[in-house]
Amino acid sequence: MSAPKTLYDKIVDEHRILSFDESGGAGERLLLYIDRTVLNEYTSPQAFSGLRAAGRAPWRPSASLGVVDHVNSTNPDRAAGKLDDGARRQIEYLSENGRDFGIEIFDLFDPRQGIEHVVMPELGLVLPGMVIAAGDSHSTTYGAFGVVGFGIGTSDIEHLLATQTLVYRRLRTMRVTVGGRLAPGVTAKDLIMEVIRRIGADGAGGHAVEFAGEAIDALGVEARMTICNMAVECGARVALMAPDAKVVDYIRGCPRAPSEALLARAVAEWAGLRSDPEARFDKEVALSADDIPPMVSWGTSPDQSLAITGSIPDPDVLPADRRADAARAMTYMGLTPNTPLQDIAIDRAFIGSCTNARLSDIRDAARILKGRKVAPGVRAMISPGSSGVRAAAEAEGLDRIFIEAGFEWRRSGCSLCLAMNDDSLAPGERCASSTNRNFEGRQGIGGRTHLMSPAMVAAAAVTGRLADVRSLAAAEIA
Amino acid sequence: MERFIRLSGRVAAMPAANIDTDVIMPKAFLKGIDRSGLAVGLFHDLRFDESGTVRPDFILNRPDMADIRFLLVGPNFGCGSSREHAVWGMLQYGIRGIIGSSYGAIFADNAANNGLLLLSLPPTQIAAMAARLGDGVGEVTVDLEAQRIEMEGHAEAFDIDPAVRRALMLGLDRIGETLTHADRIRSFEQAYLAGKPWLMNERNDERIS
Ligand code: SF4
Repeated sequence: MSAPKTLYDKIVDEHRILSFDESGGAGERLLLYIDRTVLNEYTSPQAFSGLRAAGRAPWRPSASLGVVDHVNSTNPDRAAGKLDDGARRQIEYLSENGRDFGIEIFDLFDPRQGIEHVVMPELGLVLPGMVIAAGDSHSTTYGAFGVVGFGIGTSDIEHLLATQTLVYRRLRTMRVTVGGRLAPGVTAKDLIMEVIRRIGADGAGGHAVEFAGEAIDALGVEARMTICNMAVECGARVALMAPDAKVVDYIRGCPRAPSEALLARAVAEWAGLRSDPEARFDKEVALSADDIPPMVSWGTSPDQSLAITGSIPDPDVLPADRRADAARAMTYMGLTPNTPLQDIAIDRAFIGSCTNARLSDIRDAARILKGRKVAPGVRAMISPGSSGVRAAAEAEGLDRIFIEAGFEWRRSGCSLCLAMNDDSLAPGERCASSTNRNFEGRQGIGGRTHLMSPAMVAAAAVTGRLADVRSLAAAEIA
Repeated sequence: MERFIRLSGRVAAMPAANIDTDVIMPKAFLKGIDRSGLAVGLFHDLRFDESGTVRPDFILNRPDMADIRFLLVGPNFGCGSSREHAVWGMLQYGIRGIIGSSYGAIFADNAANNGLLLLSLPPTQIAAMAARLGDGVGEVTVDLEAQRIEMEGHAEAFDIDPAVRRALMLGLDRIGETLTHADRIRSFEQAYLAGKPWLMNERNDERIS
């Protein structure tokens, strides 16, 4: 019998073309075959320019898909959306590269356009056992399917396009086991925010993190994507979950899914995609989902977060090595120690991003918004994760709930997650946001971001303050 | 890429933890389709206020920082977004090496791919170096060949990934190197896709409604 292996090592072994050092363990340097990539308009241009300059062609163009998502306007009228010259040039260059190199591109007017990490899974392009590397750090999202997904920079995009491989170092492994069940009103977003709070922004630094346990098994595939997506905020280079029947069901309905006959063969093989019972991880973390509360970030690093029932910490009582960063974050956020979170008024509310803008997220928020109104003075908007998600939500009538509540029902794109388009916070504006990063300036220079689940954003929007979603009754929808 | 063998120059300390790539290269500078013009974007919102006025208290704005070559940084430097623009901007600004305890993983790969040296030393050693710098500025020599760093008259050895060190010292064309294995890649790919035919089932557009 061969030695027990983790899921991560099994997938890496399946994709190892050659080893440069034959060391086998963590740190092994190897040439890794990459199944698929997705390209966006802002990290891919220089990779294509590099190919052009060197006279190289993509190795396997059908393994790539290009999507416009980061810089586009989310104006409900696509044709009227504002684009600056740089954004327009990037969008045009993506299409030009697609044409010249035979790569499929979803441009702004394509009904399949959306945020890359929403589009890939909903098309059925993400299949268990794959390695997917892409020029965006949230490529960890694909881990929800039992995929080794990770972000790469532009030089590596060029390398991947030219060779279908990456020179890769095998990661150390970590397992996060989550027992119990999430309480009502508590979501996958709260779970991953609690993990990040506990282990820190570098707590999984450079590791491949497998999420396991009863609480993970109980989640739907979209909720699992939220966890794998945001795992990068605690330094995870890869996030992984063993694929189960829910994953297969999710794939089965997708437009690009394998045919039923091929799927049957695939499913038999996917059964082996789990860590062996005796497999050893370099790090283990265990927690219970039972007592995780709805979470809100208060600072400028994703690990600076708290239960919604809590108060802004007093830097003086924090561990010495965290004091200076906390004080700096508080100044930036315009907050004073010991303020109860629920006393903090907001100016903006945003539901969107590859973390939390899938159909289930939109339903969660709609349950809170139904029959309620956005508080006076708050500007609230939603940008569905993809044009497909937007259409599906409209088919259920969810757009009416948002619009009647006073939300702007926008088009799809990264939007206020990173504000590379015309959606951005003004200096000092405070935003309840379903996104993944609360970095200084992320949503606009001087903008103040509080991360939370989509339902919590809805609760904040209608109360005008950071609010505990559990204190608002949820309506039945759909 | 420019080779790195041995370099002396000015170092500035930026000790905050978790300095992310959004801060290193703000989004306003990500709208290009080439790699140029990024020096101005480096730490832009720390260097300038909202009206574009220089913030005199930011360390890189001090008059003696014109020829900075190194940064001494806090833990998890370069976390966050994959944007390689952060590394390009660093090099275009003149910074050739970063001395810290840990880095965002994608940032570290991007640095290696562009010839920006990242040294990873134990946090205690970083703290001792920062203390030696006094007001946050000083002179450092990094000898990659000898694997030695000398700061303010104090020399010590460092470890570095041998593959990264070799690439930095030789300035390799990585794609060209990988393509020397093209036959191996091709034969691997054929066997792999033949064994997993569901992976080939691409672009069946007729199934898209
Ligand atoms: S939604 Fe945000 S995190 Fe996701 S890909 Fe877009 S910018 Fe990145």
